This record gives sequence, C-alpha cells and structure tokens, in this order.
Amino acid sequence: MYTQFATVLIFLIIGAGMVPLILLVGKILRPSNPDPKKLTSYECGEEPVGGSWVQFNLRFYVIAILFLIFDVEVVLMFPIGATFRQWMISQAGKGLLVFAEVALFIGILLIGFAYAWGLRPPAQRKNHKPCPCLNF
Amino acid sequence: MSLPEFLKELFESWPLLGILPLWFYSLICILGLLFLFLFPFAGIAVYIERKIAGDIQARIGPNVVGPYGILQWIADALKLLLKEDIIPALADKKLFILSPMIIFLSGAAAYAVIPFAENVILANLNIGIFYLIAITSMVALGLILGGWASNNKWSLLGGMRAAAQIVSFEIPVALCILTAVLVAGTLDMTQIVKNQSPYHWNIFHNPFMFIAAFVYYIAALAEANRTPFDIPEADSELVSGYNTEYSGMRFAIFFLIEYAECFVICAVAATLFLGGWHPPFIDISGLALPLRMPLQVMVFMAKAILLLLVMMWIRWTLPRYRVDQLMKLCWEVLVPFSFVCLLGTAFWMALFKGKGVPEMIYALLGWGS
Repeated sequence: MYTQFATVLIFLIIGAGMVPLILLVGKILRPSNPDPKKLTSYECGEEPVGGSWVQFNLRFYVIAILFLIFDVEVVLMFPIGATFRQWMISQAGKGLLVFAEVALFIGILLIGFAYAWGLRPPAQRKNHKPCPCLNF
Repeated sequence: MSLPEFLKELFESWPLLGILPLWFYSLICILGLLFLFLFPFAGIAVYIERKIAGDIQARIGPNVVGPYGILQWIADALKLLLKEDIIPALADKKLFILSPMIIFLSGAAAYAVIPFAENVILANLNIGIFYLIAITSMVALGLILGGWASNNKWSLLGGMRAAAQIVSFEIPVALCILTAVLVAGTLDMTQIVKNQSPYHWNIFHNPFMFIAAFVYYIAALAEANRTPFDIPEADSELVSGYNTEYSGMRFAIFFLIEYAECFVICAVAATLFLGGWHPPFIDISGLALPLRMPLQVMVFMAKAILLLLVMMWIRWTLPRYRVDQLMKLCWEVLVPFSFVCLLGTAFWMALFKGKGVPEMIYALLGWGS
C-alpha cells in the first residue's frame, strides 16, 4: 500500500515542478520588455484608484464557519461509510440500530442547520429577527 | 493493481526493463499521463467546447487552423507560450507566483486516483475517493491566493467569490460522494467500480442514489466554477475574476486546470454512479486482458466525455446565477437534498440489507445475479 502513496508523492513533486518548468520554457521563448505603464494594475483603462488591500466586508464569513462544521461532520462520517455496507450485510437484524446511530449523529448537526436557516418554533418567531447565517 | 505495478509485472522478464525500480515506472506513467493525456485533453476539450458554443449560437466556431479548425488548441497554446509574462508592480510577487503552482498541483494530482480501467490507475489508494476530495478542495486556496496577490479589485472580488462558492458547494459534493460510498462500501476507487457490474450501476441502486447523482453533478459544476455558476469569473461584471492580472503561460495554467477539473468531476461521477468501466448490460469481464483493458478504457472515457459534453451544453444554454441566488441554491436546496439522500440511502441499506433495486427486479424475474 505504501508504494501507492509513493506514486502520489512522485506525482506531487512533478506537479510542483511542472509549472516552473513550463514558465522556464516560456521565458526562453517569449519577449520581455517591461514598461511602467504595462505593469500597472488593470482597472478598465483608468488610473488605478488606491490599492485593493483594504478592509473588506467578507459577506460569507459565517458560511466559512458553517462549512468547517459540516466538513468535519462529513470527514467523521467517511469511516462509517466505508464499513456501513459490511454491517448491513453481516449483522442481520441490527441494521436498523446502526442506522439509528448514524441518523442521531447527523440529526444533531441538522438541528444546528435548521437554526442557521432561521427555522424557529412558532412561539419565538414573532419577536426574533431571522438568524443572519443563511439570510443572503 | 495500479498501472506502475502492472507495467513492472509485464516487463519483469525483459532484459533491460525488468531491472528498473517501481518508482521509475511511476515516473514514466505520471509523465505520460500529463503530456499524453492531460495537456492534449484540456486543449481538445477547449476546441470542442468552442465548436459546441458555435453550434448552439448558430455560428461556425474555430475553422481556420487545420481542417475544421482542429489544430486551434495547439495554436492557442503556442500563442500563450510566446506571450509576455507580466507581474503587476503592485502585486505580491511571491503569492502571485505561488498561486498557479498550487492550482496546478491540486488540479493535476487528482488524476492519480482516477480508475480508467481495471489496472489503469496511477495509485490504487485504499482511501482513493477521500484523497480526491482533499486534493481538489486545495484549488480554492490557489484561487483566493491569486485573487489577493494580484492587488486588483476585480481579482480580489473574484477570489473571494470563488472561495465562498467552492467552500459552500464542497458540502453537497462530499455528502453525495459519501452517499455513493455507503452503497459501494469502500473508499478504494477500483473496488467501487468492481462492486458494481454491467447490471447494477450505483445510480439505480435506490431512488435516493438517483437523486444524489444529480445533486452531485450540479454541485460539482458549481465547484468547478462552470456556467451557470461562474460568478467568480463573470466576465460581464468582474472582467475575468481571479485571473484578471494573469497573462501568458500563467493564465494558460488556470485555463488548463479548469478543464482538467471538469474531466475529474465527470470521471468521478462515472466511477461512483455510472458503473465506471462497466458497459450497460454487456459483460466484458470474460475477455482476455489485452482486449479487455482498451475496451474498459474506452467505455470509461465514453461515459466521462458524455458527461463533459452535457456540461458544455449547460454552459452555453443557461444564464448565470446571481451571488445570493447561488448561495441560496447551495444551502437551501442542495445541502438538504443531499442530507435526505444520505439518510434515505442509509435507511434503504438497513431495510433491505444492502440490496438494490436492480437486484430485487432480477430476483423477481428469477434471473439470478
């Protein structure tokens, strides 16, 4: 099995080296006469107004946090996924128990997801603004 | 067995080739894949896409270079190679140079685990599909890095949008892959295909898998920044998005990897849902190896390319989404749907002990397996 990972490692090394190689070939062939006008940032032909490294309203910041939570969940589910079929076939009768465990695991996340979506119980709905997480 | 191992075994008794170590075969296979498959395939895919775009928009498309313009992609590549390479004076040079490298690395390395045929896979990892998810999501890093380093407002907006979009659509993609893994019962790409057969494709295993295949395809479309989800590089509002400041060969790498990634998506869809190298209803596993392997490669490529053509068809037919519509689509449609598919498939597996719809029908008709 480790020989397979060695192949991947070789692939990654070649992948890292390929771009400099292509650029080197290009450097030999292509012309190069830089000009201060040529090296300005593109802004539709106008003189660039200020830099772009400014404080920036990251609209989807909460989405990034949600992504982290979901992705960790998915990663934790993969070992279950790999053995799930075996459990279902060999453990006759216990299949539904295993399913219930998986459903519980996902269900906890789904409650959080429903909250992020702004789904509240009807009693609370009037006085609260919808949760901002998924309020695009 | 992976391709390097297969080749080593094949040439075991040859006088000179027999003594070469395994890593040498790996090296040859990787270089062969990159230069004989990846680069020409991306080029030809661009040509085909332009031809299809021409057909759909009732014009001719490229037709000057070579017969029917078929050498257009070589001309394009040569042109990009001979273009001056400009790094803006205000850009962060290190990150600007690093970004295409990361993108190439993650885009190309996904090809290591694509099972073209029974022994034609570069690295037969036991966590193949997991590796694939991990390595392809690194593209987002490259895009946001490139967008930031350019010090250009269009690039910054494009990079931010790309990051938000790829990160969001990663969830339904991963969940749909997980759904397929539940049915396949393994993370090994070769084994996933072997667990299917010409009569049992995973997509027909149960109704939820059928939905999951479509959810995967739509979400993956968005992950590769293809129209109708190409807001990171929406040309009418953001010039060219994160690659506005890139020119020449660096731009070519962005372009190349976009198409390379599209093929990966289609290949994964073919592997997980459409039975990989198994043709429908024809069992070719009894044929001799020299005959079987090219056939399997052809069947696999046919499926992947068919999906790729659908992708191009979608691109030139549908208008672009708006940013908020896109995020809404992801979080309020695709994510709930993929959770339903996941739980539904798990429930089906528990209820019927892993049996799929085709097996039940065959059992009902008394065909055996």
